[in-house]
Amino acid sequence: MSTLTALAKALAVERGAAQPCCAVRHVHVSERPLVFVPLAMAGEAGAPLAAMIGDHPQAARLLTVPEPRDRDQRFAFAAELAAIILDYIRCYLGREEMVNAREPRVRFADAPQLLLPNPAGVAFTRLLGRSTRFRRTEGPYAVPENVPLLGRWLTFFAERAEVPPSSLTLPVTQALALHWATGQSPLEDLNLGVLLGWIDPPPGLTGAQAAARAQDPVRCPPAGPATDPTFDNEVLEPRLLAVRTARATGGGRAGQRAKDALAQALASQLAPTWTLMWRAVELLRALPPGAHVSSRWDADKDAFTWHAAQIRDGGPPQPRRDSAVSAARRLAGLEKAQAEYAAQRAFDDPLVMAEHRMTGEAFVGAVTAAEPDRVDATGRRRVLRPRVTVETDDVVLAVPGTVLTSPARPSQQARVVSVAPAGDRTAVLLQLRGGMGRALTPEPGSVPETGEAVCYATFGDGFQRLPDFPAPEDTPWTHGGPPQPYVPSDDDAGEAWS
Amino acid sequence: MTSAAGLAARATEEIMGDLAAAERGVVVDSPPGAGKSTLVLAAASRLAGAGEPVMVVAQTNEQVDDLTDRLAADRPALRIGRLAAGDYVPSARVARHPNVTVATSAADLAGCPVVTGTAHKWALAGDATWPWAIVDEAYQMRSDLLLRVAGRFGRALFVGDPGQLDPFSVVQTERWTGLTWDPMQSAVSVLLRHNPGIAVRRLPVSWRLPEPAAELVSEAFYPFTGFRSGSRAEQRRMTFSAASFGKNAYDLSLETAAGSGWALHELPARHTVRTDQGAVAACAALTARLLQRGPVVYSERSEAGAPVTADRVAVGTAHRDQAQAIRARLRADGLAAVTVDTANGLQGREFDVVIVLHPLSGRRDATAFHLEAGRLCVLTSRHRHACIVVARAGIPELLDAHPSAEPVHLNVPVKFPDGWEANQSVMARLKQWKVKAP
Repeated sequence: MSTLTALAKALAVERGAAQPCCAVRHVHVSERPLVFVPLAMAGEAGAPLAAMIGDHPQAARLLTVPEPRDRDQRFAFAAELAAIILDYIRCYLGREEMVNAREPRVRFADAPQLLLPNPAGVAFTRLLGRSTRFRRTEGPYAVPENVPLLGRWLTFFAERAEVPPSSLTLPVTQALALHWATGQSPLEDLNLGVLLGWIDPPPGLTGAQAAARAQDPVRCPPAGPATDPTFDNEVLEPRLLAVRTARATGGGRAGQRAKDALAQALASQLAPTWTLMWRAVELLRALPPGAHVSSRWDADKDAFTWHAAQIRDGGPPQPRRDSAVSAARRLAGLEKAQAEYAAQRAFDDPLVMAEHRMTGEAFVGAVTAAEPDRVDATGRRRVLRPRVTVETDDVVLAVPGTVLTSPARPSQQARVVSVAPAGDRTAVLLQLRGGMGRALTPEPGSVPETGEAVCYATFGDGFQRLPDFPAPEDTPWTHGGPPQPYVPSDDDAGEAWS
Repeated sequence: MTSAAGLAARATEEIMGDLAAAERGVVVDSPPGAGKSTLVLAAASRLAGAGEPVMVVAQTNEQVDDLTDRLAADRPALRIGRLAAGDYVPSARVARHPNVTVATSAADLAGCPVVTGTAHKWALAGDATWPWAIVDEAYQMRSDLLLRVAGRFGRALFVGDPGQLDPFSVVQTERWTGLTWDPMQSAVSVLLRHNPGIAVRRLPVSWRLPEPAAELVSEAFYPFTGFRSGSRAEQRRMTFSAASFGKNAYDLSLETAAGSGWALHELPARHTVRTDQGAVAACAALTARLLQRGPVVYSERSEAGAPVTADRVAVGTAHRDQAQAIRARLRADGLAAVTVDTANGLQGREFDVVIVLHPLSGRRDATAFHLEAGRLCVLTSRHRHACIVVARAGIPELLDAHPSAEPVHLNVPVKFPDGWEANQSVMARLKQWKVKAP
């Protein structure tokens, strides 16, 4: 925890209300997100019990599994869920847009967005995707046509959640905790009701009071996938039993009544979370978006387009495990994305940049001298290399030779020439390169002027090339040699522990 | 009892024998200061002498330059290629050797029997292949980097210190936990899981650590693969040219360290922020006092005694902001020549005296980062003569209150010792050299 976060949390405790810790919103919030609140049965990982799902606050659909231990009912639930999710995804498979990159391409003009209450919800989505994407639609234990397809999409959503800058799958507690500091621990922030109590207390209550109230599982049932154990024992178990008894005695009207009673109990657990989810969406929407949010959403659109094409072209489902090469390649991609995301957030948001200023990775100051027309004639060609002196009160960790980037001029490199004390401040002499046009005089505004307030950081959001990895068939002996090519089989759906 | 030199020579002979017979390669585990670089140089000369071109892989330009310099000085007749990136400026110690050629492309170094470079540069070296590779600091190399390099060599000697810091990633994910090719693991662990037949040898003698340090470090961090010191206790001594005035805690700590090789400079118990100003001030004051007292060290290298200058002293911390705060204080005292760095930055380096700000000092909790055995091992094994640990009181109690709670994953080999155990062991030993500071 950084010193600034600690301060914000202390302030939250003192003031009894969550403190904003970002000046802008760093996640994309779709105009029509799909909110998905799953519940799982205690004691069996990945056994769905119920879900509330929909893309509008007034359009909640409740799905229930009257007997979660019954595999057939489990896949019937998956089929119902598939109908809803695949319909929602299909809405985004129409409109396309042209991307004017070096290689122009077409991608979908928007992408779906899945909102889950918390990271455990994402983990449940991943498990559900894994248990459905390898199922067969014919032969023994066949499942409905759309179930394996649902599995592939759920896996796609869960895998996107691992990519730090992606907003395609958002655990809402994480998105809220990114923007507000509460007076409780990060572990407690995983409770959606309590977190929203701090951020958005009902009238007449402080954040701390609202959070304390929300800790009562009767007033504010857990946001899933795990249910409240007291609810399990006192409400759920008798109703599950009633459904079972009714079925054993022939079902009919009694069976339907038992099922309705169960659905009603489950709805009572889900509905409060459903309301909180849409309240969180409103709160997030009210924040002004950061400058890089739309370009990050573009990357999500690319990922969506790519995956849709994989499915359309009949590609295989995502493998159960990454091979050596794909694991390394994925890690490299994630590290690159993480670094870019951290830099972009700091560049978009002065409050995030303040954390980097505290650690000496960035500084803010005023230009005290500038030589905008300085030309370096020592090389083969005369080149424009203006120099500016920046005086700052911040800690400066950069040493001569470090290359800095300014959020105001991201395409320009500033190499540190010298760092010297100037009174009780620090004077940093910078030599600029790039982003000034092609002539030997800089374009207006491309070199900071004397008196201008500037910010420089030791990190940049510039493009980095992904490293090259060998082809999978060239996997070296140190990593077990080339992997066996994947041949789909009936064993795919089995689990090592089952 | 066999002499230390005899033990070490026999181990080196065995490794050379394995190397000649190896089908795929050899892994050599080396405790701190056990002559890892010497082994790399010997192996490179031996292989190149036998007419087999060798690629030498190290992790940083600094390490590659060190190896290149030592090899070039050792074997002036051997042609050495230094493969480097376009923006690399040869350091003075590399440029002074006429037998070293610096080039950006492996094709320009075709005639050199030994070519050195960083792992990142080798990953971009095109399609050229070598019969042999020597990978230095292999435990600090991540396996995904090995994946990019391994296609270039047929057989390899991997050398490294398993007790130091593991490679890390900024990405937090358990996606690959348990996979034999987990890209976040070190190169050696992935290599050994896929090639269990590869021989693992150990260097048995630390030439750097004095006897009391070798005992403590070996017991705490290498419990099953112990090593001994190459020097006897009476060979390593530290004395001060200036006497102390009165008895303050700094002088007491310095004298304890001079007498026994260790001191625990204990500040009063307190929960503090990460850059604890009290501990930072104590580290800076100890460093300043040490140099004021004109320390002289006697060892098998300099039996007549050698003065300890500021560049032979280091201060080690867990976090960069702590290092920054100590550096600022030392600079104000005119001691900018003292190295102040984090454990990651001190890895692989050697000093006469090291002052350590204990990673758990002043903390409320013991996280996996602060408990990591490799971090404490690096910090407490950089010195040839003495190490002074600065800490707030209460670390053993903190450890007792925070037992290791990391999840255990299936199919992941257990690593010994775990950080909690190692920290307890170090504190249990250090308490005999405790000096209470006000």
